[in-house]
Amino acid sequence: MLTTDTRQVEQWRELTSAVAGADAVERDALLTDRAKATRREIIKMIDKAGQGHIGGDLSVTDILTVLYNAVLRIDPATPDLEGRDRFILSKGHCAAALYVTLASAGYFPASALSTFMDADSALNGHPNRNKVPGVETNTGPLGHGLPVAVGQALAAKLAGNGARVFAVMGDGEMQEGSNWEALMTAAHYGLDNLTAIVDRNRLQQGARTEDTSSLDPLDEKLLAFGFELRSVDGHDYDQLLGAFAPSSTGKPVAVIANTIKGKGVSFIEDRVEWHHKVPSAEQVALAMEELA
Amino acid sequence: MSREVASSTTVAEYDNRTAFAEELVELARTDERIVAVCNDSVGSSNLGAFKSEFPDRLINVGIAEQNMVGVGAGLASAGYIPFVCAAGPFLTGRALEQVKADVAYSQHNVILCGMSPGMAYGELGPTHHSVEDLSWLRALPGLDIVVPADRHQTRLAVRQAVENPRPTYIRVGRFKVPDVSSDSSGLERGTFQTVRDGSDVTLIGTGTTVSRALEAADALAESGLSVRVLNAAYLAPLDIDAITAAAGQTRAIVTAEEANVAGGLGAAVASVVSQLPAGSRPPVRILGLSEFAPTGNTAWLLDHFGLTAAHIRDAAEDALSDG
Repeated sequence: MLTTDTRQVEQWRELTSAVAGADAVERDALLTDRAKATRREIIKMIDKAGQGHIGGDLSVTDILTVLYNAVLRIDPATPDLEGRDRFILSKGHCAAALYVTLASAGYFPASALSTFMDADSALNGHPNRNKVPGVETNTGPLGHGLPVAVGQALAAKLAGNGARVFAVMGDGEMQEGSNWEALMTAAHYGLDNLTAIVDRNRLQQGARTEDTSSLDPLDEKLLAFGFELRSVDGHDYDQLLGAFAPSSTGKPVAVIANTIKGKGVSFIEDRVEWHHKVPSAEQVALAMEELA
Repeated sequence: MSREVASSTTVAEYDNRTAFAEELVELARTDERIVAVCNDSVGSSNLGAFKSEFPDRLINVGIAEQNMVGVGAGLASAGYIPFVCAAGPFLTGRALEQVKADVAYSQHNVILCGMSPGMAYGELGPTHHSVEDLSWLRALPGLDIVVPADRHQTRLAVRQAVENPRPTYIRVGRFKVPDVSSDSSGLERGTFQTVRDGSDVTLIGTGTTVSRALEAADALAESGLSVRVLNAAYLAPLDIDAITAAAGQTRAIVTAEEANVAGGLGAAVASVVSQLPAGSRPPVRILGLSEFAPTGNTAWLLDHFGLTAAHIRDAAEDALSDG
């Protein structure tokens, strides 16, 4: 089990308090810097490991950046804090993006990131709560995160502690039936403390989602399942912050975060072959330039 | 229910679900962490009284087992003790990956309650028989498997799950069984109970087959044999010591389970025995299912698949003649 990096927790606290106190322009600048650093680290990790889900990591980065630096009520120095907000990365193959985000909040030392997928590393290709502080449940197989998030939201309601729960699903992942079971339960129990986020980058492993098993009209489906719907640009901090505000209707919230798979690196963006392709040395250099 | 080897006295038999439900309600009165999660199975999981007394703590997710197990994991991760109840075949089969990833691998302290396991749903057919559960779940590290043999052990299993919550599967039978233990005889994690000691042959039952093994032991004793009867109340962690002792101290071992033999109790026992030194490997006979059941009620099916006391007795005699 990795342990807290107290110095990094202090830096994270400074950043979150700066974000909270800034005007929109300053706030966006702070979050942009953070997200760019995260993307650079993701590329480095995948380059070193020789594997990883680069496209989805880059599409979810801004969502994670906003949640962990401006939304979640958490204390990385006390990962098991009672009554904390919870985040579940249901699309667990994008573990690299989560690991960088957790390390930058101080849940564990950033030095561990270079061990990503090494033999006996805590940082498996999919998140494991028993080894990585800040990971709330083990994910990897698709369609698992939302039901667990529903259970956590029910627990917060029973405890009356005001905790909120966020889960990110890939859009391809919404083809799993367990998600729709969970959506029904969330609406039935009026879980207005739950936010189900769909990283809508429109690509899955083998092809575009709409050419595989089409999801649209996803907004109408989520509305019909009893959710308050927020459809936003998943790379726009202002819109994401609005989307992550508490429910205004007493219903659970669904966020369709319209994103670009591979966001931030021109030759990776919106290209299906980059689901888990590894960049060459030249491509790594080019990506670093673009993310500078 | 017919018995080929009659027991000397008529004994009362109990549906373990009654003990399960009563114990759960009793404990829930003083422990607010206890919640029940089910799949439209308030009736068949015997949760009616729990629902009446604790309506907010009964979460019925509808007919959605994968979600049900995930919801249980979420509740457990936030400090609750969820008893996730559903008919065994659907809890373990339909939600097997959730049991693996969300409960066992994630080490969330969910108490999975497989109701009406084995062939309790007799005539409803193999889709409704939970006879693969032991094989499937034994493959998952970090998951306790408890098979209470009677109402006392069922109560103890529930109590222990609350006292020391850990990822656990409890097989809660509906097929009526007699008592093979008392409330004070205990239920120790990771151990087979010695119901009767003996030195010629060891019979190992689990759940519904324990009382049958005892009846078989009575019949074998009449032939002058000294029979050891073990109750495999826990299949995980596995009681390797009890198996090793049986292999060293008796001349044959017979296992009987209301489950498929591929990977269940018998396979577990045989696997331990196979690794013992030469001279300590007595013959092992494994009684159980190896095909989907034909139509019939539970008692008839137990006979059909060779799981009556008479079959256990015959298997013991056969193994001894081979030893």
